[in-house]
Amino acid sequence: MTAVVATNETILVVGGGISGMTAALEAAETGKRVVLVEKRPYLGGRVSQLYKYFPKLCFPTCGLEINQRRAKQNPNLTILTMAEVTGLTGAKGNYTATVKLSPRYVNANCTACGDCAKAVTAEFDDEYNYGLGKRKGAYLPYRMAHPARYVLDPAIIGTPDAERAKAACRYDAIDLEMQEETIDFPCGAVIWATGWKPYDAAKIQPYGYDRFANVITSVEFERMADPTGPTGGKLVRPSDGKEAKKVAFIQCAGSRDRNHLLHCSRICCMASFKQCTYVIDAFGADAQINVYYIDLRAIDRFEDFYQKVRANQNIRFIKSKPASITQDKDGSPVVHGVDTEGYQRFAEPHDLVVLAIGMEPSVDPASFPVPIVLNREGFIETDSANGGVFAAGGAADALDVNRAVQHATGAALRAIQVVNSVARAEV
Amino acid sequence: MGELNTAMIERYRNSFLKEVEANVEEGEWVKMCMQCGVCSGSCPLGKFWEHPPQEIFMMIRAGKREAVLQSESVWMCTSCYNCIVRCPRELPITHIMHGLAHYAKRLGLVPKTNPTAKFAQMFWDNLMVKGRINELKLGLALYFMNGFGDGIKVALKNQKLGMAMMKTGRMNPKEAFGGHAVKDLAGFHKVLKKAQELEDARIAQNGPPAGA
Ligand SMILES: Cc1cc2nc3c(=O)[nH]c(=O)nc-3n(C[C@H](O)[C@H](O)[C@H](O)COP(=O)(O)OP(=O)(O)OC[C@H]3O[C@@H](n4cnc5c(N)ncnc54)[C@H](O)[C@@H]3O)c2cc1C
Ligand code: SF4
Ligand code: SF4
Ligand code: SF4
Ligand code: SF4
Repeated sequence: MTAVVATNETILVVGGGISGMTAALEAAETGKRVVLVEKRPYLGGRVSQLYKYFPKLCFPTCGLEINQRRAKQNPNLTILTMAEVTGLTGAKGNYTATVKLSPRYVNANCTACGDCAKAVTAEFDDEYNYGLGKRKGAYLPYRMAHPARYVLDPAIIGTPDAERAKAACRYDAIDLEMQEETIDFPCGAVIWATGWKPYDAAKIQPYGYDRFANVITSVEFERMADPTGPTGGKLVRPSDGKEAKKVAFIQCAGSRDRNHLLHCSRICCMASFKQCTYVIDAFGADAQINVYYIDLRAIDRFEDFYQKVRANQNIRFIKSKPASITQDKDGSPVVHGVDTEGYQRFAEPHDLVVLAIGMEPSVDPASFPVPIVLNREGFIETDSANGGVFAAGGAADALDVNRAVQHATGAALRAIQVVNSVARAEV
Repeated sequence: MGELNTAMIERYRNSFLKEVEANVEEGEWVKMCMQCGVCSGSCPLGKFWEHPPQEIFMMIRAGKREAVLQSESVWMCTSCYNCIVRCPRELPITHIMHGLAHYAKRLGLVPKTNPTAKFAQMFWDNLMVKGRINELKLGLALYFMNGFGDGIKVALKNQKLGMAMMKTGRMNPKEAFGGHAVKDLAGFHKVLKKAQELEDARIAQNGPPAGA
């Protein structure tokens, strides 16, 4: 049975992405007791699935590693992975949280040696790679996963694969009897940091994401560019594995559109500029990039990055939101539209089309365990009606990492104020 | 140029956009266009026009009054609704195009030879007589739209279609002698008269100052 030490001076953080980790660490490092609840088997959220960070083009693993080290060192922080908050009752300063823990089937003895993965045969779509590749039924979610502990897919439980995994483990780390648990514990304030998810590209019917293999999303492209990713870092056409030298980026895919997401997702212009550098790095002078846009929004200090990308001769910027995509006989996606500067029609074939997909809140409004004030896009509002529940990062708005982290620090301060006032009342 | 046109120029001297907002059906939507280009790229006929919808909306904002109201493009929309379903700003593009055409017609600015405008007028006149379309007369009028010689040629070319329509009862040769009417023809005309009154009142509200 999992035990959590908590009081109504404890801060609960829901979601262990960069925002949730930041909020949890900031609060824990001031001496507050913090419980961090993460749905996935590891921390880091969607940042762990990026290849490089704009604007410095450094690797996100570096920032995540620092946070993971801070987490390991802090005795005030309890991390629950494969966990979800299913209930929250009470009021500001005095909540009871109900958390459901899914079985991992691997205990703390695991050394991440990987023998179990070698022993099993069944394969599954790899969610870490947005389904672009496969993973085994016994797996480490990704190279840098924290906790660095393997997971058994529930689908292999009761099959010979589960027995094979158990037999392979030399550390007695596999426990096939693990059950789902539900635990209750008190807390005084809650930080909601459940982040975002990519908008469902198949809903943008004219772009044919669900019909054309060589139309992919920007989050998938991040995985493709990663040398440890499903293609070994090669930028290729999913249809035939040929090099994707001529690439189209379609901006505002699902964003700023009353048929889809109302808001500007704010980071996708920068994300595409960054991804342009991936193509240039891969193919140099042979790269041919077309960026189709309504307006380019390189917010404040990112202007320099934009200017640098803009200066590259191999990148063309076309002011047009494409009307549709078709596929030619070679399986090349053809982008159709009218160029706003001159009203010229175009029908341009590419090797690969990347949809700069919009960000929407990951939590469906109906599934919040407490009444909460959301804006019309579904992001959490700052509102006194939310009591002791505060949003951090992507759950509050479409933000880049820098802004998400700032926002999370603000949320930590608000939560600390609540538990401080609980502490004062009890003196 | 017509009197109404002169009055409108006088009234909205500096802002064609305001004129469109006040006088064109759904015209108040024009300012919502963000010039993304989806409508133009989606229009199946756009490549045959001078100005796709997005450009028309930009021209309105740029005050290109004559170029818009005298353009053939506003008459080319076939109401396929491709643009409307895709417009990220949900502009009722189709209706605006028809609204502009209608406004141009009121002002007497329609290009003389525009076939769609001509056909629309024929259709209207035909419908007014009996409250139903007289396919035979409309068809004949359409054939002879460009003169007698041309009409015979077109009629011969479409002979098969005409015969088929007669066989299936879609067209009746007897329609040449009067044709059938709606049940309450007087009522039909009354409805239209009332509609015209309402429309005139609406126009008077936004239109030229009294006496103009
Ligand atoms: C294509 C693309 C490229 C990008 N590139 C960059 C870049 O280069 N630089 C940059 O600064 N930003 C970039 N971003 C933005 C960046 O991804 C976000 O700023 C960042 O992910 C926000 O972190 P977060 O912790 O708020 O949310 P997330 O990363 O979404 O983390 C949320 C966490 O909460 C967990 N969770 C969700 N629901 C629950 C639940 N019910 N219970 C428990 N846990 C839950 C999730 O599993 C996840 O771990 C990019 C975005 C996109 C789309
Ligand atoms: S569960 Fe056992 S076999 Fe698998 S990685 Fe961990 S220690 Fe190795
Ligand atoms: S950031 Fe750029 S691509 Fe993303 S929604 Fe805003 S304008 Fe569109
Ligand atoms: S699709 Fe809508 S917003 Fe885009 S140019 Fe056309 S009318 Fe304007
Ligand atoms: S409704 Fe008219 S303007 Fe719109 S796409 Fe169809 S023909 Fe073009």
